Amino acid sequence: MKKTPSRSRSADDRGFRLGTGFFALLVVLLVAAIFFELYRTSSLSLTKFGWRFWTGKTWDPVSGEFGALPFIWGTLYSSILAMLISTPIALGIAIFLSELSPRPLRTPLAFLTELLAAIPSIVYGLWGIFVLVPIVRKLELITPAWLKKVPLFSGPPLGVGMLSAALILAVMVIPFTSSVAREVLKAVPPSQREAAYALGATRWEAIQAALRYGRTGVAGAIMLGFGRAIGETMAVTMVIGNNPQVSTSLFAPQYTMAAVIANEFTEAADDLYLSALIEIGLVLFVITVIINALSRLLIWSVSREVKPRTEALALPALPLPPAPPEATA
Amino acid sequence: MRRRTRTRKALSNAVVVLCAAAVLLALVPLFFVFFYVVQQGFSSLNLDFFTKMPKPVGEAGGGMANAIVGTLVLIAIAGAIAIPVGIIAGVYLSEYGKKKFASLVRFTADILNGVPSIVIGIFAYGLAVLPVKHFSALAGGLALSFMMIPIITRTTEELLNLVPGTLREGSLALGATRSRAAFSVMVPAALPGIMTGILVALSRIAGETAPLLFTAFNNRFFSTRLDQPISSLTVQVYTYAISPYEDWHRQAWAGALVLVAVVFLFSVLARVVTRRLERMHRV
Repeated sequence: MKKTPSRSRSADDRGFRLGTGFFALLVVLLVAAIFFELYRTSSLSLTKFGWRFWTGKTWDPVSGEFGALPFIWGTLYSSILAMLISTPIALGIAIFLSELSPRPLRTPLAFLTELLAAIPSIVYGLWGIFVLVPIVRKLELITPAWLKKVPLFSGPPLGVGMLSAALILAVMVIPFTSSVAREVLKAVPPSQREAAYALGATRWEAIQAALRYGRTGVAGAIMLGFGRAIGETMAVTMVIGNNPQVSTSLFAPQYTMAAVIANEFTEAADDLYLSALIEIGLVLFVITVIINALSRLLIWSVSREVKPRTEALALPALPLPPAPPEATA
Repeated sequence: MRRRTRTRKALSNAVVVLCAAAVLLALVPLFFVFFYVVQQGFSSLNLDFFTKMPKPVGEAGGGMANAIVGTLVLIAIAGAIAIPVGIIAGVYLSEYGKKKFASLVRFTADILNGVPSIVIGIFAYGLAVLPVKHFSALAGGLALSFMMIPIITRTTEELLNLVPGTLREGSLALGATRSRAAFSVMVPAALPGIMTGILVALSRIAGETAPLLFTAFNNRFFSTRLDQPISSLTVQVYTYAISPYEDWHRQAWAGALVLVAVVFLFSVLARVVTRRLERMHRV
């Protein structure tokens, strides 16, 4: 005779839950495994250099001297510059698409801006080398001499360098910030804007009210873009000039953490060299995980349903449930 | 008072104009990139590109047949690993989405998505290259699959959540088990969407370069062996782009055009399918 249906069913349901749950667990294990693997393989460099690794300016594989300061400097400098350029544009896009745009234009414009995220990094790099860099070089050539005395604009007009990298990064990061900021603004209840209008607010003042309501989410959107900029590899590698130096000049060729890994990993002949490169990767991993975790928490605090941009799947936004009423007036 | 109102209105209008300008400003690089890729790529793209092997340095002509096949092999490996894992994990999230553990999985999936692809490459290197001491297609496919898993997981969940819960309840009421309700009712209902999501993820993965540099490496020759280094469209474009040869630059543009065309096509396709799906299930 068969078992009682209820028992076999509950067993089946448990098997289903555990079985699918196992695959879900794999995702979590994967992230943990990346950390341990990088930690394990970089131990040689971790023990040999300690903190000195992050303050040293000399990167000399021949003599076995590894200091990663130029790379972390280049990564932070290029990413921060990129954020300074991209954030106002991305927020402008988000505001336009969620608050101002005529309805029929909304979807196609959103699609087009998100296409920016779909273009492969290598294509941006190719375009950077052959189109952007020559333009930047021309700009550098016509920079007047008095301006060249400012450290920010000093250096020979090479074209490749910090400015090209920051510009290309900014373009690449815009769609990530703008699409999340747009979702956040969408999650702001209309009553916020209506209340502002009722008090006689102008359009911009009503938008400000909406921005204030969703400010944590907007901050999360900006951080998400920052995390992207820090980890971006190919396009930056191709236009930044790959010269390990700590310089404030926009025209100077510099280097980033991701770029040095991309360029030198296959050349790393000895174990110490390899583990030094992996240590850079480990720190890159830890930084991006922290930034992404923070950004996600900030975004979730506004609305659980706002999904941070994945690889920008170009999926239409899903209808959101009504957001909870504001806790504080 | 009057003047204050006027300045407020002027400010408001200025912001409206600035926001519209921001959209246009973002579209400039998009069109600029598209324009150059199409212009440069089209004049270089020919049948040889798809059917011929790379010529030795200095000889003009030749194509990227080996790289195209290599990219297909790599995404096939990545898909074979990531699609089952991603779909099943996505089913879990959509079925048991309210549990604490599900939130953790969602959180880490999103974080995994933000991990730089170059770091994923190092991880795959340690996993599949270091122990055997040579680059391989398998290592490259593995790296790509790690990038795909979180995307497919989240897309599957998202699309399953579009299917009305009444379908699940109905099948449960008819005596189906939960796994039956999930895999025979819910997943098929969302299948067109899930499949397009997978296609988009595959097309995105096909555009990745960084994780392949030291896993799949590159190969000047035709190879489909999984334990050997393999060429890919992206790494080949990279090698050609930074080379000093005019003819290689030309081919790099052709490669870029192929990549952009594939990604663009699948993005549009995904758009159409998800919209239709959404309309179908609109309550």
